[in-house]
Amino acid sequence: MPRFHRKLERSAIGFVLAIIGVSAIGGFVEIAPLFTIDETVEKVPDMRVYTPLELAGRNIYVREGCYACHSQMIRTLRDEVERYGPYSLAVESQYDRPMLWGSKRTGPDLARVGGKYSDAWHVAHLNNPRDVVPESIMPRYGWLLGNTLRTDDLGASLSAQQMLGVPYTDAMIANAAADAYGQAAPDSGQSSGVGERYGEATNVRAFDGDPGRLTEMDALVAYLQVLGKLTDAAQKQATEANPETAPQVEED
Amino acid sequence: MGHAMASGSHDPVTGRQTTGHEWNGIEELDSPVPRVVLFFLAVTAVFAVGYWILMPAWPTGLSYTKGLLGIDQRQLVTRQVEDAAAARSALTNRIATEDFVSLAADDQVMTYVRDSGRTLFADACSACHGAGGKGGPGFPDLKGGSSLWGSDAATIAETIRVGINSAHPDTRVSQMLAFGRDGILERDAVLAASAYVRSLSGQKLTNVEQGRVETGRTVFAESCASCHGAAGKGQPDLGAPDLTDTRWIYGGDAQSVHASIYSGRQGQMPAWEGRLTPAEIKLLALYVGTLGGERP
Repeated sequence: MPRFHRKLERSAIGFVLAIIGVSAIGGFVEIAPLFTIDETVEKVPDMRVYTPLELAGRNIYVREGCYACHSQMIRTLRDEVERYGPYSLAVESQYDRPMLWGSKRTGPDLARVGGKYSDAWHVAHLNNPRDVVPESIMPRYGWLLGNTLRTDDLGASLSAQQMLGVPYTDAMIANAAADAYGQAAPDSGQSSGVGERYGEATNVRAFDGDPGRLTEMDALVAYLQVLGKLTDAAQKQATEANPETAPQVEED
Repeated sequence: MGHAMASGSHDPVTGRQTTGHEWNGIEELDSPVPRVVLFFLAVTAVFAVGYWILMPAWPTGLSYTKGLLGIDQRQLVTRQVEDAAAARSALTNRIATEDFVSLAADDQVMTYVRDSGRTLFADACSACHGAGGKGGPGFPDLKGGSSLWGSDAATIAETIRVGINSAHPDTRVSQMLAFGRDGILERDAVLAASAYVRSLSGQKLTNVEQGRVETGRTVFAESCASCHGAAGKGQPDLGAPDLTDTRWIYGGDAQSVHASIYSGRQGQMPAWEGRLTPAEIKLLALYVGTLGGERP
């Protein structure tokens, strides 16, 4: 053995290959089985994809670096479950490409922020956090209200997601720009297609308060309001595990 | 250096073998790895074997070894949440089942409400209503009793449960029309109504406003009284606030009142049923009552 090692460490290329081979074992044993083990990603039939507007908001979330201060991952720890709600399931980020779990919380976790606050609050808060939360240290994002949302590239964006395995249909790709506009303009002709393609439970409203104009604020608020709402699998699981303490899932 | 070199010579000072590399007369000692490092390496290897046996570890194709201890982080946290809830249950069960009058009269309950209500309020409510419940433009002051639907604990609990203009089927509704923007009233009528509304709460009006009050009275009777009442005292059932008091959600100055009439108001409060347990909702309603401030 020492003789073999002595020989190996004296061959630069051979030693590099040996290091790569040995470290790959760890990766292979830890990562590869996740693709074959059934329970890695829960099977949830009601899981829906992001609408074009929500996806545009997600891109803005990435662009502005929100993930640097906000995680989207409720861990299996009591304090997190009691504050944020049921722990995150793998299926909830099934269509997140890339995932935005994050590991740093300067601000709170956002995995279940959807529906927790009103649109008006989100708009006021993003415009200047100090207006609603005086002690906040979050930067202001006032330009989101001024910037018109770019929609001409949304079809391409959906198409790229489709290539990565997100089940966008060709009709969703073809109507991406119109659906983005319609979701934030409930009285417009384009709004009905959003419900048809993405489900009637989809939020269709003027997120930034102005239905006449599609802004980056519309997109980001639409995205924030759907976080944790793409499926209620986590709430259902929590209710089954513990009907006494879990809040009841609404039946409507 | 391509070829393995022959082992070097003995170092005269330490007596150890050298690696055989030589740079300008300097050679490198071929010292063995220290024993203590090898010892800890062996300890970690033994620990790993023990860990594999006790804890979830090795993949087996479609599943994985579960480990003898049967530890599952998800079950563990579910149990911890359960245990914590059980530890609180003496008080939370009372809050969930007893009526507000007896709860509010019980010191033990109210001490608990003040204590854990503060945490719950800070996470769920203070983003909009402020840390102390003072509110802000568009977000009502909870201390001042401007609650449109009533300020008693049962009413507040119901508001928390269903929200205002929310997606909940039983939501409270408060929809002020955009009288100006949607062309229901002419520009002058909006200005007149605004002046009249401000006069209702006894505010000091400008001379220009004074001149509009009489027209405003007519406009109010025709367009506003159906919800806000002939005297402007409001109708909680319709989500129409009292305009004669000094409490304003969106502000009582001329510009704010004009903006409310011109663009309408559809303020929203999310429904908390589903996110909070019924006991937590009642606890928050009791906590809001402890925030202080005079009530009408």
